[in-house]
Amino acid sequence: MSVIAILLLPLVAAALVCLPFKKVWASGVTVTSSSAVLVLTARIAWMVSLDKTVVSGLKAGVLKWISVDGLSALILLLIAFIGAAAAIFSVGYMAHGNYKPKKLRLYYANYNLFIFSMLAIPVFSEPTLVWIVVELTTLASALLVSFENTREALEAAWKYVVLSLMGAGFALLGFLLLFAAMQASGSKEAYTWSGLVNAAHSMPPVLLQMAFLLILIGLGTKVGLVPMHTWLPDAHSQAPSPVCALLSGIETSVILYVILRLFPVMQASPNSHAGTWAIVLGLISVGAAAFLLMQVSDYKRMFAFSTIEHMGIILTAVGLGASAANYGAVWQIVSHCVTKSFCFFAAGAVLLSAGTREISAVRGLIRRSPAAGAALVFGALGITGAPPLAVFLSEFSILKAGLAQKHYIATGLLAVFIVIAFFGIMMQVNRMAFGVRENDSDAAVPDDHSGYSGHFTPGNRFHLPFSCSLALILTAVPVLVLGLYIPPPLQGLLSQAAAVLTMK
Amino acid sequence: MSDTTNQLLSNLNALVTGLFLLTAFGIVAMRQARGCLNLFIVQSLLLAASAALLGLRYQSVDLYGVALVNVISKPVVVPWLLRRTSPAEIYTRREVDQALNIPTALLIALALAILAYFLGLPLLKAVAPEFRGPNVPIGIAGLLLGAFTLTVRREAIPLLIGLLAMENGAFLCGIAVSRNLPLLIELAIATDGLIIVFIMGVLTRTVQKQIGTTAVGELAALKEAPVRSAQREETK
Repeated sequence: MSVIAILLLPLVAAALVCLPFKKVWASGVTVTSSSAVLVLTARIAWMVSLDKTVVSGLKAGVLKWISVDGLSALILLLIAFIGAAAAIFSVGYMAHGNYKPKKLRLYYANYNLFIFSMLAIPVFSEPTLVWIVVELTTLASALLVSFENTREALEAAWKYVVLSLMGAGFALLGFLLLFAAMQASGSKEAYTWSGLVNAAHSMPPVLLQMAFLLILIGLGTKVGLVPMHTWLPDAHSQAPSPVCALLSGIETSVILYVILRLFPVMQASPNSHAGTWAIVLGLISVGAAAFLLMQVSDYKRMFAFSTIEHMGIILTAVGLGASAANYGAVWQIVSHCVTKSFCFFAAGAVLLSAGTREISAVRGLIRRSPAAGAALVFGALGITGAPPLAVFLSEFSILKAGLAQKHYIATGLLAVFIVIAFFGIMMQVNRMAFGVRENDSDAAVPDDHSGYSGHFTPGNRFHLPFSCSLALILTAVPVLVLGLYIPPPLQGLLSQAAAVLTMK
Repeated sequence: MSDTTNQLLSNLNALVTGLFLLTAFGIVAMRQARGCLNLFIVQSLLLAASAALLGLRYQSVDLYGVALVNVISKPVVVPWLLRRTSPAEIYTRREVDQALNIPTALLIALALAILAYFLGLPLLKAVAPEFRGPNVPIGIAGLLLGAFTLTVRREAIPLLIGLLAMENGAFLCGIAVSRNLPLLIELAIATDGLIIVFIMGVLTRTVQKQIGTTAVGELAALKEAPVRSAQREETK
């Protein structure tokens, strides 16, 4: 039952925030509901880590397709965690923007709907239904991306919607073919993820492969795999920072989760090349993103490219295809989620204090706002995989698994690209945090359209809103702790999730 | 059901899907937003007709469901939603500068249709042996042509129609290969299409209000470093 409550809470919250009360009401409702969702998902994740699959127990309508196994519980937990942290961050961040109350209500309503659509993806196990909720994530987040209504934001939102929905069109055909393959196999099982795996060996390979490729390309567009990534840096940089944290930190991983669900199916089918496809597409994404990272002029775009890089890493890891690599992949999903959302919170803090997205206009941030500067440096170190933070360990375990699998070329390339990305990001961030402005009269150009007016003179210290600091601390804890110690329940959940991906 | 009836139904279905392919070409080439919308409505009705014919042929209630959902949602609700959400004047707008001129676009579209035929062949062999209908290749062609429409068009409404046409193509193929998709899912997909129209309509209106154009294809400010910083220098 608590699974249904998880889905209902954000919907109820979305309705409640539309009531015309004071400004505090909308943010309060959102924070409360996302915290409640977090508690409920933690309970479910706990149950799943003790080797149980959670089902709704109801047989009516769409509810009969609710089932949560190791992998979905992990994703669910991550969505709830980032959702709650971003809700807390939103409170201070959005208050800074001086928006009209109506506009704020729109923001929070969309925010809750977006959370709902993401939570629904791992909860449902019927592939076509999952496709529908994937569409809903695009539609619910479209108006969040265009929230600031500037020319750039509208352009980003438009590209985002058109390209994601175009990919979804291809994926729809893929899912319909998957259904056809299920029918052609003569299996009597229900059309769910686990039913697919069991029926895979008797499916016509050509149908299955066509379906897989269509879904890989279609949903890969939304994950931001190169060369379908063009919308991602735009959308992930133009949205308000808490939304960027959701889009980059968790949404891409959730969509990738849907693709990953197909890998056990493909492995059960004779003569499939799913692993090769994943490695090729993954390495192209990592490589392209690592080089594109170096020429950005906007620090939010920089983190967006880093998301493309990490999606590539995860896909490559799954392509390597042994149980150790799968473990590395799910671990990488976790560490990327927490670290990337921290990075975007930090980027939001920088934007609040510096008032511009241009890298070249931010210098000596650590003096202007020690909190924002420190957060930016910490986030950059975390996301590039500096030891002893979470991403370092997960990337290390992927590389180790790759070598053990004797995929020397793929692993070598992966390591090289990761190092390139490390230098690309650290160089920029280093200048932003510790650099000195070359010409003092060249004051910061405030971003033309953002409502902030943070003129940049050393000495006038900027203080982060309390809720922003709180969200930063909340997400910093796992970034730091998971690099040193994984609590046993999480360890159990990770093994369960990796087991779902690995063929028995 | 007798062989002659089956033969008749198959022939009718071939006619309907042939017309479907024509409308897909039409959407690529049609310049006027209103014309695009009308072609899309015709296409949806043809999809519904094909679903109904296949339903008769295979005695499948689910396919009648698809037909019914299509008849109600697309020709009626989509135009209504568009009228409610997006500014009226964009229907009358003619799109003069497509990314490609119309003959070139149609030639590429033709190549895509041929490609779709070859993509469809192996699929046809894999699905139930009694079925050798034209739905699969034409459905894939509809999908590819819809995607192609998205790349050549710049106006908001034709882009939206391209997206919906992609979905129509996927369905035309889907009803032939997978016949018992739960009706609940069909309904959900149809609703989803309507949400697409609503959200994109709202976006179009906002774009027009803020920027004063609906030629969204011409929005191209977001690029990598060199261009943007150069612009900044100029404005300073």
